[in-house]
Amino acid sequence: MLFVAQRATAFVLAFAVAVHLATIIYAERGGLTAAEILARTQGNGWFLALYLVFVTAVAIHAPIGLRNVVREWSRWRADSLDLALAAFSILLLILGVTATLAMFIP
Amino acid sequence: MLQVEVWRGAERGRFQTFQVARREHQTILDVVTDIQREQDPTLAYRFACRVGMCGSCAMTVNGRPRWTCRTRVAVVIGSGDRLRLEPLRNFTVVKDLAVEMTDFFDKWRTAEGVFHSERTRADDFAVVPPASPQRQAADAGIECIGCGVCYAACDVVSWDRDYLGPAALNRAWTLVNDVRDGRRAPRIRAVAASSGCQACHVHMSCTAFCPKGIAPTYAIAGLKRAMLAQALGRSG
Amino acid sequence: MIASHRQPGFVAALLHRLSGVALAVFLPLHFLALATALRGADAMDRLLAITQTPVLKFAEVALVLALAMHMTLGLRVLAIEFLPIRERTAAAVSLSLAAAVAIGLVFLLNVG
Repeated sequence: MLFVAQRATAFVLAFAVAVHLATIIYAERGGLTAAEILARTQGNGWFLALYLVFVTAVAIHAPIGLRNVVREWSRWRADSLDLALAAFSILLLILGVTATLAMFIP
Repeated sequence: MLQVEVWRGAERGRFQTFQVARREHQTILDVVTDIQREQDPTLAYRFACRVGMCGSCAMTVNGRPRWTCRTRVAVVIGSGDRLRLEPLRNFTVVKDLAVEMTDFFDKWRTAEGVFHSERTRADDFAVVPPASPQRQAADAGIECIGCGVCYAACDVVSWDRDYLGPAALNRAWTLVNDVRDGRRAPRIRAVAASSGCQACHVHMSCTAFCPKGIAPTYAIAGLKRAMLAQALGRSG
Repeated sequence: MIASHRQPGFVAALLHRLSGVALAVFLPLHFLALATALRGADAMDRLLAITQTPVLKFAEVALVLALAMHMTLGLRVLAIEFLPIRERTAAAVSLSLAAAVAIGLVFLLNVG
């Protein structure tokens, strides 16, 4: 159920976010150009694998979190909320995979 | 003299201010009783044992849910002189400082906070080692007297009226850990339903305010783990 | 303010929630920006140049802080739910926030 997915992706993201933060801090020292970023990511199998997992986990984790916020802080609880969040999840997945591929494929 | 603002009415109403003489070692219950007996007999409030055993006297004192019988005025306001007394948050107000407890206890039932025995009188006694981890987990929560302070403290109850709440879930956890009980699986399903244990966001106000030192947060965490174990197909 | 909102656990949950919402809102934009790489390094560079304005630079630091904070406070939740240790709430919240700010500062100092 949603709670299980939320906690499971949380564990995955704890790792992925730590790597992501460490990487961007390390890589971005002294400014960063597109060429420098792409030099690291293009053709990099580790990048592709890690970030596809990262994107998938986020696409699951974020909408479930938003669902709690909306249900608790507004009156929107109908099925239409779940539908909207499912759409948001798909949006994140599509945009995220596109971005990852954009940076992987030379 | 204490300036005591007291809620009068039901869901709609107003604060009425009374002046009450300050006395040494005075409790909030002393103050409320003074008002009702000496100044306004129409004030509605609850108490029973007046010694911290029954849980009847809980109300919101200066923004925090407390037992009035065990709360000294000096602890609440120090050298100040203003008290504000309101009915417990998250409960429907019956009148003035008295609230409707039905929903609160109904949720205990919804959470399967009821013991179901597997045994008959023909069976031998159940053996429950007091030092076993399960019994210790149960013991940590069985002193609950249903006062409602944790339920009043809980923001998730405010945000989601269906949320079972810390007391009901704490009770369910004590029974999950009771080896004599026979309805573990249905109970875990009951607390795993939406607005069950998964709705707890670990604010921990329940644990901070419980007058008996019970920590519903960790009971609810236990239920979350039990729910996950059951979802993943393992028993235990 | 009512007493439950002065509890450290509530502050932690509120920051966790608000940082989560901020990240969720930001993420599609982030993905779109990165996808400019599809049009070549130059296109991406032009976008990166736009993000160097003070307002957006501030937003960038704020987002890194939000990410670090959401992660550390989330780890606190996971610890309470899955580890047998009993935490001291205020200390744990302070520690989580301190770690998040530290990460944010490291970012700021390396990137600013």
